[in-house]
Amino acid sequence: MTVSTTLDERFRAAAAATGLLDAAFDILPDTPIGELLVGVTDHGVCRIHFDPDPERELESLARQFGPRVLRSSKPVDRVRKQLDEYFAGARRGFEVDWDIRWLPAYNQRVLSELARVEYGTTTTYGSLAAVTGNPRAARAIGTVMNRNPIPIVLPCHRVVGANGNLTGYAGGLERKEQLLRLEGAML
Amino acid sequence: MIPPFETFYAAHRDEVLRFLSSRLGGQRAEDAFQETFLRALRAYDRLEHAEHLRAWVLTIASRIAIDDVRRRKPHDELPDDIWHEDARPAFEELAPLTDGLPPKERAAVVLRYGYGLDYDEIGSALGSNEQAARQAASAGVRRLRKENT
Repeated sequence: MTVSTTLDERFRAAAAATGLLDAAFDILPDTPIGELLVGVTDHGVCRIHFDPDPERELESLARQFGPRVLRSSKPVDRVRKQLDEYFAGARRGFEVDWDIRWLPAYNQRVLSELARVEYGTTTTYGSLAAVTGNPRAARAIGTVMNRNPIPIVLPCHRVVGANGNLTGYAGGLERKEQLLRLEGAML
Repeated sequence: MIPPFETFYAAHRDEVLRFLSSRLGGQRAEDAFQETFLRALRAYDRLEHAEHLRAWVLTIASRIAIDDVRRRKPHDELPDDIWHEDARPAFEELAPLTDGLPPKERAAVVLRYGYGLDYDEIGSALGSNEQAARQAASAGVRRLRKENT
């Protein structure tokens, strides 16, 4: 005897409703940039992962937030809807909280600054370094971008090299280009 | 390290449902299933190690099944009449009630609902097995229901 989908979903929704989950996640199987895993905590979106390996992501969420990690669609609904709108070209900014408490203070500062970079525009590693206190830390900015736990919502795809090169992207340069095209930041 | 709850849930959900269906059946088993894993979730962050998680969740399920049987209102279903905490021992009430049953069914019903034995215990008590005990008890309950309506 196996658990029916109805019973399974019912339990997952009830578990989320208790407020006891350390983190909830869901898979968005077919966005224009492929499969995404989206994780949320009580504090907001905590993870967006490209081409996820669910088992590894589970372990990682459990390490960062606690063992009570469960797939549940309800907690992810808000950000899922906004991502859909974003990919459809109908949304320019995300109205969600994000949870980056567990990151080092420097990463938090840089990512908060990154969040101000507007839709359809780009900035450079150097200028992001400058506004976060150390103009020569472009390389460190690159590392923070590479470890951005919430790409798209925290738009590290809008950070490019001083010469206009796309430079790098944890999800692959193709995706970075695709996102910038979607936003009309690249012709 | 304690596995993520998702991993724990995925590993044990089918067995827990099987276990509860054997004791409660239908909608009651589904409600008990949800209650079991919600209770596990509540206690999950207090677990100190990841050993015996299967036994742990089956213990929770079995307590919930017992509570469910106890809680049922009288006249709802036959076995509920039998779990009176404030009355005579349940097996005494059962004796006259089950008089008319064939011996094996009677023994299974009394041991199950009067003494609260598990089916595997009943099986060995009757010199048969768990499945035979389960069938005998459920045949007995069906027969009693028919006689009482």
